[in-house]
Amino acid sequence: MNSLFPSIASRSQSSGLMNFFVPIISIVLTLITGSIIFILLGFDPVYALYTFFISPISSTYGISELFVKATPLALIAIGLSYCFKNNIYNIGAEGQLTMGAIFGGGIGILFHDTNAFWLLPLMIFAGAIGGALWGLIPAILKTKFNTNEILTSLMLVYVALFILDYLVVGPWKDPFGYSFPKSRPFSESGRMPLLFDGLRVHFGLIITLFLIFVSWFIFSKTIFGFQLKVSGYSPKAARYAGFNQTTLVFFAFAICGAFAGIAGLAEVSGPIGLLYRDISPNYGFTAIIVAFLGRLHPIGIIFASLVIALTYLGAEDAQLFLQIPSAVGFIFQGLVLFYLLGAELLINYKLTYKKLL
Amino acid sequence: MSDTILNIENITKSFPRVIANKKVTFDIKKNAVHAILGENGAGKSTLVKILYGLLEPDEGNIKLNNKDFKVNSPAEARKQGIGMVFQHFSLFDSLSVKENLILGIDEKMTYSDLENKLENISSRYNLPLDLDAPITALSAGEKQRVEIVRILLQDPQILIMDEPTSVLTPQEVESLFVTLNALVKEGRTILYITHKLEEVISICDTVTIMRSGEIIDTSSTANQTAKTLATKMLGQKLDDLKTNYEHIKDEVNFEVKNISCDFNDPFLTDLKNISFQVRVGEIYGIAGVAGNGQSELMDILTGENINIKSGSITFDNKKIEKYGPQKRRDLSISFVPENRLGHSAVPELSLSENILLSQFPKNNFIKNGIILKNNVDDFANNVINEFKVITPGNDAKASSLSGGNLQKYVIGREISSKPKILIISHPTWGIDAGAEHSIRESLIELSQNGTSIIVISQDLDELIEITHKISVIYDGKLSKPFRTSEVEIEKLGLLMGGKNE
Repeated sequence: MNSLFPSIASRSQSSGLMNFFVPIISIVLTLITGSIIFILLGFDPVYALYTFFISPISSTYGISELFVKATPLALIAIGLSYCFKNNIYNIGAEGQLTMGAIFGGGIGILFHDTNAFWLLPLMIFAGAIGGALWGLIPAILKTKFNTNEILTSLMLVYVALFILDYLVVGPWKDPFGYSFPKSRPFSESGRMPLLFDGLRVHFGLIITLFLIFVSWFIFSKTIFGFQLKVSGYSPKAARYAGFNQTTLVFFAFAICGAFAGIAGLAEVSGPIGLLYRDISPNYGFTAIIVAFLGRLHPIGIIFASLVIALTYLGAEDAQLFLQIPSAVGFIFQGLVLFYLLGAELLINYKLTYKKLL
Repeated sequence: MSDTILNIENITKSFPRVIANKKVTFDIKKNAVHAILGENGAGKSTLVKILYGLLEPDEGNIKLNNKDFKVNSPAEARKQGIGMVFQHFSLFDSLSVKENLILGIDEKMTYSDLENKLENISSRYNLPLDLDAPITALSAGEKQRVEIVRILLQDPQILIMDEPTSVLTPQEVESLFVTLNALVKEGRTILYITHKLEEVISICDTVTIMRSGEIIDTSSTANQTAKTLATKMLGQKLDDLKTNYEHIKDEVNFEVKNISCDFNDPFLTDLKNISFQVRVGEIYGIAGVAGNGQSELMDILTGENINIKSGSITFDNKKIEKYGPQKRRDLSISFVPENRLGHSAVPELSLSENILLSQFPKNNFIKNGIILKNNVDDFANNVINEFKVITPGNDAKASSLSGGNLQKYVIGREISSKPKILIISHPTWGIDAGAEHSIRESLIELSQNGTSIIVISQDLDELIEITHKISVIYDGKLSKPFRTSEVEIEKLGLLMGGKNE
């Protein structure tokens, strides 16, 4: 007789093909589970899924919105891959995004009545610096004091959010804003240029695609990318090779922070145009799902960011047309991650049933 | 026989590429300390893991008290009366002694019962414990006591101790022996796994000697000496040697002087005043049973650990003890650590990519931070051809190669850059005979072309076959060197067992 409860045993060889299909399988399973949830809620699953996944992108405006949402997700996710490839679990991209928005947005507020070509580049640069500095805090704590970066980076998210909170109700409050917790609007030259008239998709998309390309080059062609990978797979081999792992941790956090910072700045200088409390619907956290769904690969991340961006849009439409709380979007994101991790486990491990006496 | 508690009959267990136990048969007498003695890889651990339900034998029977004994898990083994204290403790560091003990109890028990029982065990067997102390605050000896008490709470008939003294101080060893004697006096049986000859003679009644998975002998320890045990443990080594000494130059190019290093960790061996010299073209062997400081020494020789307490390493008249691995490679020092997967090679990466783990100045692999893939691929192909590595190609993952092939590849990678000195640990560990032979040949050839080689190995046959000089490491101390062609095997065996006459 076999035991009722399986235990897991390592597979000697994981299938490369299945590895490729993991994201697709997870998405299919998510859709199936989603339909079941919709049925339980009393909706026609076909209509609900249509409302959720098809109707939001059946117009040019919808597609533009998809790219508006996918831009920060993809940019942060590609930054996170620097950390994840190195086996560093930076969970604090949301905080780095916020700090980027504060630094870059701060420049925008300072020069709110200046119109000059250098303003936006300066803001982007400041955003990158802000995010990078915020990312370096957990890096220092990890390398000097051996603290767990998952905890420190996560906690720093809330610190960053409170700093933003303080700034927009305190020193940076818009003097003409009727006491609303928001800053002055940035000047016209402090805004991300729009790519098409009448659509919100902005220049941040171009920056993101460029940085994804640069990252692809770094990951696949440079010794730095190789070092990140080796140190992630096996710290011992990295030590043997003589790679400086402290430096790698610093670089990974700084790059990830900078990318998240740029994403934050692109949000406030793009669709928003000023600083206020809720600049990001958890892009920094959701990007973690995007990074894994995209298998930490630049092309994969582009597709994954579109899929996850769709759950944001779908949640809005579902709220509008089905009167379902928009939190359903988070449920879908959670399901994707759940199935992704589950499938990943089963690729490397198999279930075995122990023989009982 | 009434005084036999455990009959082990024809136990065979094979793993891919190695037979760990071959028709192992012997009896264990009740009320005694029974030693299983053998080198690393002799099959001791496999055997006790089978007894403790961690492994399933391919063939054979075990009888406990003349009844068939078959268990599938340690919990079942404990229920049947077999307990085991592992070399590495499995305690929760942040919990207290008491909490750890409670976690180990399978049956229901009231709190006061437990305390009574503990007090009883503590006093009866010389196992004093501070129940409220957190595990982190305990010494290795005290942690071991917690493990022993935890097992004794289940009242086992047989207690398996796996290398119990390896993490203990001499005083703690004394007190452990008092405990073991008290246990035996009560009618329990102890199965004592060790490679230390002295311990076998001083506290064990019977000894079973294992070598390459087979039982060599089971006999009383009464008329054994360390010397007779050593011979049986090591077997007849090759005596007819044709080591060629002619190409060795007088010039010393690598010198280690008085290296000491404290780790403050019971699972690492402190290094004590290690000194040796290697001449140009010489193969210098360091023998010893695992866990006597080999990997600690290796890390210092490769530069992976540069935090030494004192001493120096000189290479080509340069002090290099503070150099990291890359700086040493820049001086044409190359190294191959013991572990292939995850240390000298990354299993998830392709063979080509694995080349980049070890770069020497003359390799032209990188330009302005960008990998020159063609050069790396050429180098990889060259290693594959020259060292007859069996693989579909340089883009195959390192994990897809057999141990022997990967080892040939890693060693080939190092040799192909024509280093001045090669430092290698366990060059043929866990690989097939064919690869073993070809690796030993390439090492000999390399030395004849003027490269000095340091080989750290537990395989005495190997060292005697290829080295010119040999010394033994035991408990972090290195013996004086012997000329391999003149040394007596017994002498080495005694040194490996910690007997220095």
